[in-house]
Amino acid sequence: MKPAPFGYADPTSVAEALDVLAAEGDGAKVLAGGQSLIPLLSMRLAAPTALVDINRVAGLDRISASPDGVRVGALVRHAHLLASAEAAAVQPLLGRATANVAHPAIRNRGTTVGSIAHADPSGEMTAVLAVTDGSVTVARPDGSTTVGWRDLFVGPLETSLHGAAVVVDAFFPALAPRSGTAFAEIARRKGDYAVCGAAVVVTLDEDRRVAAARAAYLSVGAMPEVHDLTDAVGGKPVDSADWTAAGELARTLVDPDGDLHASADYRRLLVGALTARTLAEAAAEAERRTP
Amino acid sequence: MTSTERTISVVVNGVPREATVPVRRLLSDVLRHDLGLTGTHVGCEHGVCGACTVLLDGQPTRSCLVLGVQADGHRVTTVEGLSRSDHQGGQVLHPVQEAFRECHALQCGFCTPGFLTTIAAGLDTRDATQPITDAEVDELVGGNLCRCTGYANIRKACRHAAEAMRAATGAEVATSAPGEEAAT
Repeated sequence: MKPAPFGYADPTSVAEALDVLAAEGDGAKVLAGGQSLIPLLSMRLAAPTALVDINRVAGLDRISASPDGVRVGALVRHAHLLASAEAAAVQPLLGRATANVAHPAIRNRGTTVGSIAHADPSGEMTAVLAVTDGSVTVARPDGSTTVGWRDLFVGPLETSLHGAAVVVDAFFPALAPRSGTAFAEIARRKGDYAVCGAAVVVTLDEDRRVAAARAAYLSVGAMPEVHDLTDAVGGKPVDSADWTAAGELARTLVDPDGDLHASADYRRLLVGALTARTLAEAAAEAERRTP
Repeated sequence: MTSTERTISVVVNGVPREATVPVRRLLSDVLRHDLGLTGTHVGCEHGVCGACTVLLDGQPTRSCLVLGVQADGHRVTTVEGLSRSDHQGGQVLHPVQEAFRECHALQCGFCTPGFLTTIAAGLDTRDATQPITDAEVDELVGGNLCRCTGYANIRKACRHAAEAMRAATGAEVATSAPGEEAAT
């Protein structure tokens, strides 16, 4: 239960971090909060040749909320995002999901962007990035690019980023007008990895009919995916929409695996139940936000 | 460009300490092996049990999920640093330590350091004039595992400590760790 030997660098700028990553090659790994990476090292499930610790890089610990959305720097801890009223005002799903990330002691150290770059299909923030149609900014030696969530996630614990690349921030678009969000997860113990979880967004039209309903799930499938559930509830007045039907539809769209904690059938059952529950909650918020 | 060993300076329980450590050594092991502070207990070593929780710059943090080298230039408070000197050669326990003794909130004691640091930080940063709620108590203890007590007495100790701190509002009482006081 001790990490294998590695080389360590703690650069003070992104440029310097990229230099080290380029020099060290594919065996190097970026260390931010380390709340997922360090257990992997200790259990010897990962043995990078070098760790590039970005905790001393200045300027990455900021949250900037604008009418367009919320930009979260690579060193923003979950606890910081959870406490940000500005972020919650622009995209309420951020706080709702972050409250479910592990325990307070983990949230004090772990970063939102690190969770995303870790690409764990049971992570809360990967699902949130997907359902809000978010993106990340990736710094490379030849400049920065924006990578949308669909191009970022390629498999469980795997992203499309290779070589000298640092995710410097994540961008979560603002909640659209007449829209609401909800988040729920089922875990054996509060703060543990979710057996199943749902992050949803509901949008109404000007006549308070359901215009769109979409959901992303945790611990269901190899990577985050957004499911459009509008077919089950679209066009229905918000107070008579059949959210259970949307849950039934969701059950037919997902393809979960079974493991030690839950069978595939049980996960599918939870997808149905959590979808119905969260969509109703999100719709109530959308209604409150509809003039 | 990278190193495998570093000399680090850390203010531990208010005392500046220095150590030369392999970069792969976890903070939990630096505290125990290099600094001789064995109050921090190492349980699962992957962040689940909470026994190794220390305060890093005042924030409860799993010391098994931080490299020792990452603590360079920071402040660490361990369970040894929760009490403060009574200036007569003795120690005044933190209210949560008193409450653990009072409420029999430990049996084997292995998980206790993690509970104490986590709860002490939580109680020190909340509004002490307000009665503590059950939800607050559950949030405080929810990230730590105890296999002896069944948590009933630990939750009771949280409420006791919060009550003691509420009663002492305005009076002189140990409301923060000495390490924190020294640095602020």
